[in-house]
Amino acid sequence: MLKILQRVNLRWRHAIQLNGKRLKSGKVLTLSTVNPLVKEVQYAVRGPIVIRAAEIEVELQKGVKKPFNEVIRANIGDCHATGQVPLTFLRQVVALCTYQELLKSPDFPDDAKDRARRVLASTRGSSIGSYSDSPGLEVIRRDVAAYIERRDGHPCDYMNIFLSAGASEAIRTVMNLLLTAAGAKPAGIMIPIPQYPLYSATIAEFGACQVSYYLDEENKWALDTNELKRSLEEAKERCTPRALCVINPGNPTGQLLSLENMQKVIKFAYENHLIILADEVYQDNVYGEGERFYSFKKVMTEMGAPYSKMELISFHSTSKGYMGECGFRGGYMEAVNIDKGVYDQLNKLISVRLCPTVSGQVAMDCVANPPTEGEPSYESFMKEKTYVLDSLKTRAKMVTELFNSIEGVQCNPVMGAMYAFPRITIPEKAIEEAKKRGQAPDAFYCFELLEETGICVVPGSGFGQRPGTYHFRTTILPPTEKIKELLTRFKEFHVKFTKKWE
Amino acid sequence: MANNGATPKAKALTRQTMNPYFLKIVHPMRGPILNRSLELQRELVQGVKKPFNKVIQANDGDSQAQGQKPLTFLRQMLMLCTNPALFDSDDFPEDAKCRANRMLSGFCGPSIGCYTDDGGTEALRRDVAAFIQRRDGFASDFRSIFFVAGATEAMEDVIQLVLTGPGEKPAGIMVPWPGYPLYSAFIDKLGAYQIGYYLDEDRNWGIDVAELQRALSEAKGNSVPRLLCVINPGNPTGQVLSMENMKEAIRFAHDHRLVILADEVYQENVYFGTEFHSFKKVVSTMEPPYCNTELVSIHSASKGCVGECGLRGGYIELVNFEPIVYEAVMNLYSTKDGSTTGQIAMDVVVNPPTPGEPSYERFMQEKMAIFVSHEKRAELFTQLFNSVEGIQCPRTTGALYAFPRVFIPERAVAEAQKLGMEPDAFYCLRLLEETGFFVVPGSAFGQRQGRYHFRTTILPPMDVLRELVARFRVFHVTFLEQWK
Repeated sequence: MLKILQRVNLRWRHAIQLNGKRLKSGKVLTLSTVNPLVKEVQYAVRGPIVIRAAEIEVELQKGVKKPFNEVIRANIGDCHATGQVPLTFLRQVVALCTYQELLKSPDFPDDAKDRARRVLASTRGSSIGSYSDSPGLEVIRRDVAAYIERRDGHPCDYMNIFLSAGASEAIRTVMNLLLTAAGAKPAGIMIPIPQYPLYSATIAEFGACQVSYYLDEENKWALDTNELKRSLEEAKERCTPRALCVINPGNPTGQLLSLENMQKVIKFAYENHLIILADEVYQDNVYGEGERFYSFKKVMTEMGAPYSKMELISFHSTSKGYMGECGFRGGYMEAVNIDKGVYDQLNKLISVRLCPTVSGQVAMDCVANPPTEGEPSYESFMKEKTYVLDSLKTRAKMVTELFNSIEGVQCNPVMGAMYAFPRITIPEKAIEEAKKRGQAPDAFYCFELLEETGICVVPGSGFGQRPGTYHFRTTILPPTEKIKELLTRFKEFHVKFTKKWE
Repeated sequence: MANNGATPKAKALTRQTMNPYFLKIVHPMRGPILNRSLELQRELVQGVKKPFNKVIQANDGDSQAQGQKPLTFLRQMLMLCTNPALFDSDDFPEDAKCRANRMLSGFCGPSIGCYTDDGGTEALRRDVAAFIQRRDGFASDFRSIFFVAGATEAMEDVIQLVLTGPGEKPAGIMVPWPGYPLYSAFIDKLGAYQIGYYLDEDRNWGIDVAELQRALSEAKGNSVPRLLCVINPGNPTGQVLSMENMKEAIRFAHDHRLVILADEVYQENVYFGTEFHSFKKVVSTMEPPYCNTELVSIHSASKGCVGECGLRGGYIELVNFEPIVYEAVMNLYSTKDGSTTGQIAMDVVVNPPTPGEPSYERFMQEKMAIFVSHEKRAELFTQLFNSVEGIQCPRTTGALYAFPRVFIPERAVAEAQKLGMEPDAFYCLRLLEETGFFVVPGSAFGQRQGRYHFRTTILPPMDVLRELVARFRVFHVTFLEQWK
């Protein structure tokens, strides 16, 4: 009971006294009768620290004096919220699909109109307001397949593409697919630590078994097959291992896996009869000089049989990359080498949810089928795309360097994604104080950071980390000037904090 | 064969190793009739001669698929949010711009591409609360309102919320027969226990408390009954519950410790002066302890006159729950980001232009045109089905469907059984082949043994329907003749 209360949003609890009276017991749904799994769901990215940040913003508005005049939100990978400009072409196509009067307007380029018409022609009733087929509009699935073929240099069957409301929905669907029967040993899902907390939350929600494997911080957050082995062995008693989740490029860790590392991981999955779930939503966010993203599909295919025949499901979305369209909920999964019987079941499962939001599908289509050379929008599209990616690259480098220049802070290079995950040394006394307050040490650190500097980041404990190590995740999304300010304020704070608690 | 000589392993994921609950799920809207309708469409395109020149899709409640135009105001708002450069254009009304701006300011950043707060943007939740208050005359707290990506997802969420823990008997979910077929799919998917209760055909498809009692008693040994699902206006029945009947259902739910799930997505589709009462309103007017009945109501942007199925907008309102339930729901929705598009669509449903605003007249004109057209078509179907021997159909007073009862001759029933089909599925397949009229057999929705129905939507356009009327009469008379 206490654990649950600690997790609970205290402000919310006080707020709920509907109609001015305390609700009596005798209710059907109580603490003990609500689905116990739903209570366990926890999503750190929007936890208490974010709520406190919002409160501080309100206080600042009211004129309360603080050591800073604005909160810098560096907690969530929402690009547009920190000033990134949406892609003109993408917005034009979606607008044209939404309000077809605009097809007559001279203000919209022909290539955008063509794409809009093409999508509309494939809808029922020529409208994005009608249900699409459950796996998504066929024309968009085909475009995604073509995109994957161009990206990887290997064939892609559009029937293996299932559009989804963001990658998150597809991930949930697949997790659900892997579950075992009630009463049987739960399905074991291997997830990296540190991880994107959607995985642990979904595993908890569905009553599956989390099989955590530590990423290798000393080795730029690579996957260590010895560690994979250890974690799997340890879990075999309590679950039936089913899947190996890999996030590449990594969130929160920002690594880009090397080809060799990926091959080892694939072999491991093969030997242990695991399906690979490859979260590749950051595939466009790659920053290292000469570095490039390889999809798991590509690597697996080029390894030849038997690896090329392995089951693999990969995820992509419109939320990240250079698009940053989180709100549209565009995404897809590619499911390869899936057993035919399972494939039919997956189709059936997807059909009971009707269809993913059609505007999100259109946004995804713009990612899969962008303007090509010679088309009217090509130049400006490429310019916008390059600008965003270059800017992210600059900030990734700046953040890595600056964190590493501070004593007591170490940061693996941000090779991909949108985050830095620096490791901080927290003095013993601070750790004790944290314990006294019932907080994880890095949560205590992050709350102090927020109160002193207005910087809102997420404590490493929200993502998982090796015991005795402390981290936090910051995004690299605030504009360059703000990032510089963030890093300056941070450095001051860290020095002060270390001094205070030594 | 592998290059290195090794035999490839068996798949990790097979029918034996995947989630066994999925295998149980039957998608009742799919199957031979749908497949045949697709084949027929292909054949028509190829120029094959048929007694009709197009398949009339009257199988699902998707208005825009049947040519209904979206409301201009809604699409303008969405379009402005998508392409804010157009705020500068004189071609768009101030009220659309104002509301678009308001929605954008409520997202996590000033872009339709930003995330929104858990449970939906506060602006929308407040607008929904205000809408509910206007509708019912009772206060609604925006914090008990949660955005959902369409009502169907909400149904699954609520069932998930009431599931029992490991080692316990499964949660029992009471669902109406006939009712929206996806309830049983979710029940199977989540490992819950379906408790079907027959609606009372002889009393306008109302709820019969004795039948509720029967269903519940039978299920008590196998489940922990938790939820009573009610669809009002009814799908597929096309009927609106009376207030008295609703009170009976509420008393029953409260006395038997059931949460009510009120699927009210068709609340704007009520015809011929019929009154819709929300379950929230009725609960609020009842004496204690019934005014404390736990209730979740669902609404969406897919139906009504707006018909934006593809945009996936909806909400749930939680009424009379303990604080832990609101927290649990918030927990659940903290990992599910609601689409900005869906939220905007839902906002227009609950916060439309008001008298005096620039878009009001046009909005009301468009809306009324759609409504009147729905009403006309509802009446056309009711008349058609009641004018033919061997069919009885209550007047459609709500939702988007007619659900006629067909008295299928014994010989046809026998033939169907020989073919391994439900009799009404057999009827519907013949109907499709002869007339191109694609409807869904009553067996997909649940019905009493020996009674046969089919569900048609009232959505095919009027010109198509006028033609269809004659063809249907001919078909039905011929069918009766052939199988008497």
